[in-house]
Amino acid sequence: MAVYQLPQWAALAPALILALTGLVLFLVDSISPRSTDRTLLAGTAAVGALASLGVAVWFTAAGVGTPTIDGGEGVIEVFDGQFVVDQLALYFTIVVTIVTALIVVASYDYLAGHTYQAEYYSLVVLASTGMATVAAANSLVTIFIALELTSLPSYALVAILKDNRGSVEAGLKYFLIGALSSAIFVYGISLVYGATGVLQLDSIAEVIADGGADGFGGLLGLGILMLLGGIAFKTASVPFHFWAPEAYEGAPAPISAFLSSASKAAGFVIAFRVFNVAFPLGEIGSVIGFDWTVAFVVLAIVTMTVGNFAAATQENVKRMLAYSSIGHAGYALIGLAGLSADGGELVMGAALMHLLVYGFMNTGAFLFVALAEHWGVGRTFEDYNGLSSQAPVACTAMAVFLFSLAGIPPFGGFFSKYFLFTGALEAATANAAMLAVAAALVVNSALSLYYYSRLVKALWIEDPPATRDRLGQPTGLYAAIVVAAVMTIVILPGFGPVAEAATGAAEALVN
Amino acid sequence: MMIEALIAVALIGALVTFVAPNRVAGKLAFAISLVPAALSLWMFTAFDGSGNALLDGSLAFESHLEWIQLGEYSIEWFVGLDGISLPLVVMTTILCSLAILSSWTPIDSRESQFYGLVLFIEANLIGVFSALDFFVWFIFWEAVLIPMYLLIGVWGGPDRKYAAIKFFVYTNVASLLMFGSFIALVFGLGDAVTSFALPDVADAMVNGGVQSSVFGIDPGTFTALVFIALFLGFAVKVPVVPFHTWLPDAHVQAPTPASVLLAGVLLKMGTYALLRFNFTMFPEQVETYAVPIAAVAVISVIYGAMLALAQTDLKRIVAYSSVSSMGYVILGLIAYTQFGVGGATFQMVSHGLISGLMFMSVGVIYNVTHTRSVEEMSGLADRMPIAVGILVAGAFGYMGLPLMSGFHGEFTIFFGAFQADFAYAPLFTALAMFGIVIVAGYLLFALQRTVFGPYHLETDYDVGRAPLHDIAPMFVLLALIIALGVAPELIFDMITDAVDPILNGGDL
Repeated sequence: MAVYQLPQWAALAPALILALTGLVLFLVDSISPRSTDRTLLAGTAAVGALASLGVAVWFTAAGVGTPTIDGGEGVIEVFDGQFVVDQLALYFTIVVTIVTALIVVASYDYLAGHTYQAEYYSLVVLASTGMATVAAANSLVTIFIALELTSLPSYALVAILKDNRGSVEAGLKYFLIGALSSAIFVYGISLVYGATGVLQLDSIAEVIADGGADGFGGLLGLGILMLLGGIAFKTASVPFHFWAPEAYEGAPAPISAFLSSASKAAGFVIAFRVFNVAFPLGEIGSVIGFDWTVAFVVLAIVTMTVGNFAAATQENVKRMLAYSSIGHAGYALIGLAGLSADGGELVMGAALMHLLVYGFMNTGAFLFVALAEHWGVGRTFEDYNGLSSQAPVACTAMAVFLFSLAGIPPFGGFFSKYFLFTGALEAATANAAMLAVAAALVVNSALSLYYYSRLVKALWIEDPPATRDRLGQPTGLYAAIVVAAVMTIVILPGFGPVAEAATGAAEALVN
Repeated sequence: MMIEALIAVALIGALVTFVAPNRVAGKLAFAISLVPAALSLWMFTAFDGSGNALLDGSLAFESHLEWIQLGEYSIEWFVGLDGISLPLVVMTTILCSLAILSSWTPIDSRESQFYGLVLFIEANLIGVFSALDFFVWFIFWEAVLIPMYLLIGVWGGPDRKYAAIKFFVYTNVASLLMFGSFIALVFGLGDAVTSFALPDVADAMVNGGVQSSVFGIDPGTFTALVFIALFLGFAVKVPVVPFHTWLPDAHVQAPTPASVLLAGVLLKMGTYALLRFNFTMFPEQVETYAVPIAAVAVISVIYGAMLALAQTDLKRIVAYSSVSSMGYVILGLIAYTQFGVGGATFQMVSHGLISGLMFMSVGVIYNVTHTRSVEEMSGLADRMPIAVGILVAGAFGYMGLPLMSGFHGEFTIFFGAFQADFAYAPLFTALAMFGIVIVAGYLLFALQRTVFGPYHLETDYDVGRAPLHDIAPMFVLLALIIALGVAPELIFDMITDAVDPILNGGDL
């Protein structure tokens, strides 16, 4: 019917638009190298991110990647299956582009007076290009390349405050550990390749199902564990989480938001796709001799517990948020821990929902820290005392983020955590260890309320210090924070479509 | 769509007030709050429904929309009113308007935020009383917590931080317990329910209950555990002795309007939920645990009254008296007779009005004298006759004087409790009735020392009359109290309509 059929690679449009935007920003920079026209730079980046978001939403709504819809194209394979555009890819592209748009708008004020502005924006957009590509990558090689495209700009972004020792040190740490984890990840890829002889995820599954890897169970198992290590680094899961608080604390706050929301989501999409598609539970157990969900059960419980307990003892707000984001990585890992040989799309879908909600609430919380850094009020809980009397709107938004992170109704975080909880309970019929995961989720959520409400108390209930200058109202930061807060609330009545999209994306993988 | 309109007006009003300039916020919030008040009064006159919302009833102003479908369970936007919830909704909207009016004098900083939060609470309270899907209900239920925490924590008295956190921790832990046990119940019911709609759950519980063992626990024990966990979860909110210790702290530290809402409406959330969940869904467990629950109710009545007797702070007296009044409500519910449960529901409304009135008049006295200590005041009647007159009238309402709403509430509760089936019901009732004597004792004792006798006040403030906008809301409340006292059938008929199906196991 179509008069003009788009070529297959057009399915990668969201990522391509981002890549193009990054190049345009470089172009702007080369035409006027010292450009500090923040409106132009931030505007270009924001338009690019929003255009990409729009296309991704349009694709999702049009049913790209859902074979069941009449006239739908089904899963679109690009470049001989090196990339696939399905519901999962689109879902994560949406998460990434939303966060990118928020970050870019917020950076408009944060970067006032900073040098290297064009570089900053283009690096952000390039990193999100990498994330959008990761979401669609379907081969261990394309995953690795996309991952590096995400990581390299991130290292530079963390260290972009060149005159700030903390920033440079954080960038160095992030880079060293990142390089190490890349090495582990690529070593894992080579082991999996050695065992199966293929790199494309669905081919790996086929080889395993045909018994082609039967003699190499140990090799394959080791490879899987190493892949898991690389992913654990990217998602800041225990025991590869040590870089996160340092990097988040030293980095400019919008970049902390970017890393802890979008970059983490990119890590999860790898985990979701690789483990579901390449190593389906039914066949893999007999080959490698263990059930990899056990690793995720342990990882999820340990990660959420360590993250939350560490967060509870912090005095520095940014570090508290960094540790709490480690805790949230633990919640998202439940999605993989709850898989079983005969399904688990509900718990996967819940993890996807949590990552979307998290994209709003966590980004918003870090952007509030960016606002506080912009004001120069300090970094500890005490420094935040009584900010609400001077900036009620931003503090209301922050209260929304914090209560949502804690999982209190009526905010989005309550629903996604609740679905994780019921998903874990459902999965417990197949895997009794999931009861422990569900219990850990509840206990950790209750604990997290302590340190989140401590910040709310500082903002709203404590009296402000007598000597504090008037606080400005930077437009970009305020806009981004308010949008994130509104979305954290509005996502609740709109949870129907979100839940549908997330379970749709999960079903595309699991079955 | 009337209920949605009520909630939406309050929510949008909250937002508008929040960003309005401080100087107009109070008047703006009052004007906005008149809209839901008027709408709910219209709904009261247009009410057309009978039976119980959860069991076999025709609902008024119902709306039912698909929201989220996840796995086999669906979550729906489901609201509606019956004879139990409608009076509470009307009371909520009226009390919120009056509370806003009564905060014009005491609230003198960050007004727009204060009034915004009050309207936000109002929206959620209406939601709590009208939601019929567990999720929708729970969202409203929890959303009340955060603004109240802030109202106490930001605008409260000297110990406000401690009181706010204690309030938050107590009620949140209780909510968690209740939430977990209810979800477990829905899972335990298995295929009998596929949604979280409260009528479905109530129907499944009344006609069958939990059939097979859940998580390795046999059905009987499981149901009993859920019943107890739900009861404990709601008992904190009511509050029942020994979970009452957050209440005096929260009340005394809270600013007057927050106290009015706290005592007037928030405590009713607890008893309302008890009625809807425990007493509607678990008829057998109610019978089994009648004696311990009645004992708890009587202890709350007597112990709360004794505590009130020992206080010297006027606001603390009123605060502790709530513990004892809510004990009556529990006693009425556990009686499980038409008069008992109906009287308890009536008493929820009546106590909301009377305690609101009491907190307002204590607030007015404090605004003028800047003290609440019984020992520092004497002979106030001389200086502020109108405010004191209303305080005395409110105290009489509290004592249950005929022709005031308190009388009808307490009388029907006692009447119903005497008829109750459980062991020693008359004895428990007689013990609880003794509470009336203590109530009269501490109220008369406090009044005698503060308002009568020669004028004397240990404070530097110039004591004069209170402004009209402080007095007017109290007159409205007093009028309502007397109206309900003279003509209780205004709401009692619709209450008994809704209560009957509970007692008849789901049939009219």
